[in-house]
Amino acid sequence: MVLVYIDQADQQIKKASLEALSYGAAIAQELGISVEALVLGTVQEDLTSLGKYGANKVHHLKNESLNSLDVKVHTNLVASIAKNLNATVLVFAQNFNGRAIAPAVAVKLEAGIVTGVCSLPNTTNGFVVTKTVFSGKAFAHIKIETPIKVIAINQNSFGLVEYNASTTVENIDLAIPAPSIKITKVEKIEGEIPLTEANLVVSGGRGLKGPENWGILLDLAKALGAATACSRPVSDSDWRPHHEHVGQTGIQIAPNLYIAIGISGAIQHLAGVNRSKTIVVINKDPEAPFFKAADYGVVGDAFEIVPKLTAAVLKAKTT
Amino acid sequence: MKILVCISKTPDTTAKIAFVEGNTKFDETAVQWIINPYDEWYALVRAIELKEKDPATIIHLVTVGGVDAEPIIRKALALGGDEAIRIDCNSNDSFTVANQIAAVAKEGAYDLIFTGKETIDFNSASIGSMLSALLDLPFISLATHFELNGNTASVKREIESGEETAEVNLPVIVSCQKGVAEQRIPNMRGIMAARSKPLKVLTAIETKASTSINHFDLPPAKSGVKLIDPENMDELVRLLKEEAKVI
Repeated sequence: MVLVYIDQADQQIKKASLEALSYGAAIAQELGISVEALVLGTVQEDLTSLGKYGANKVHHLKNESLNSLDVKVHTNLVASIAKNLNATVLVFAQNFNGRAIAPAVAVKLEAGIVTGVCSLPNTTNGFVVTKTVFSGKAFAHIKIETPIKVIAINQNSFGLVEYNASTTVENIDLAIPAPSIKITKVEKIEGEIPLTEANLVVSGGRGLKGPENWGILLDLAKALGAATACSRPVSDSDWRPHHEHVGQTGIQIAPNLYIAIGISGAIQHLAGVNRSKTIVVINKDPEAPFFKAADYGVVGDAFEIVPKLTAAVLKAKTT
Repeated sequence: MKILVCISKTPDTTAKIAFVEGNTKFDETAVQWIINPYDEWYALVRAIELKEKDPATIIHLVTVGGVDAEPIIRKALALGGDEAIRIDCNSNDSFTVANQIAAVAKEGAYDLIFTGKETIDFNSASIGSMLSALLDLPFISLATHFELNGNTASVKREIESGEETAEVNLPVIVSCQKGVAEQRIPNMRGIMAARSKPLKVLTAIETKASTSINHFDLPPAKSGVKLIDPENMDELVRLLKEEAKVI
């Protein structure tokens, strides 16, 4: 059985987990086994809705204390539930929580693990999955040698697939281990699309010359329904908040569309965005290295081009 | 206070990525090696800051690798730390590496174990999490801020919708990223001192790898950028809609 860990934040199921479930369902289909979902904590959604993405069954350990991650507690629970259910493949989303617990769960299950996976396993000769390495600059095809396999898949690498399976929810009755950490404060970024979950991202660099010029970028993001991001020099100069910094040392993202405005495309920046499906670069320097990594490029003054692009997006919406 | 900092050797961020031996090995020709930036800039520097506050603190650095990892661990010692341990083991399997470090950690009875959030070569982000299972210790990942108050640590970590602060009793394992500390440049005194700091070499313990590398490959080359007339943004929108199908 393939068991997919369903992650939540603020009692809402993460899109990355639905993608992990779609992926788990595809593996289950290939191996001719069932796919089941595991939810810890309380969530607002009706859990039978997980059937949409393929879950044949949902196992639910309903306990509010599990809503925020305690690696030790979550690891012990996931590992013992997986053991009880005889799961042979475990799938996690490679998001904040998934990357924190998946390797620990693998250790507890004596299972081989590959994180940062971006393809379905190849089972013609063993069980081989592909992962991104060297910050997206290459792929490694890795064989998992153990009977139980653990996979953490990169966000936005597989997509959502609808299966519309009928599903039942089973409550798990299990004692919750004592907490190992105590959450004392939560600071939320309100009203923004989280960067890691965004399909569309508009990003600005030093070429925008100062924080006062971000209006044109925000207008474009609003017209597209995109999240906003920035390069390292921009967040280092406090023009934009640190959580917007994408790149090697910031957040790594893989949206469907990444629009880079006034960013030259240093290798460290590309490491954070090179898994994007489509890259648009707007830069006045035709020699900017970013154009080499781009699908579409516009050479010119961002202050003229971006408002025109926004107008074109809005026009396309109404026609 | 005893701190263990995990150090990994990685190719420089600008290194050319290529493979040899039938695409089964990373091509190390002309590659510059560095301390994995997350290990150096955040994990190690924060440990050094804690020692500056409390000089009784002992910092051990641990790396899993061959003799060729020694210049890197010496570089780390030049920044700070009292002694280094190299476990003589060459492996690309996270579980094998974590097991080696766990053996050292058990022996040393550390109050704090710091790792970087991931290495920039394999990007697996697995060691801290695996150590937590192997040592049965709490683990806080993606820390952006770390403070010690006696036997308790207050750690800010990144979560999906922002940040949260957790309090945890030592011992604890923490994976560090931007925010925890600021990059430092080693000074001459540090470099000189590093030469005489002890570097212990340990034989690897026996473990069975749970994964193996089949082969590597490079992403297909981009077909080349399509340049759009800056006066014709309608065309760009059309292409994004009809050709790329992303909006």
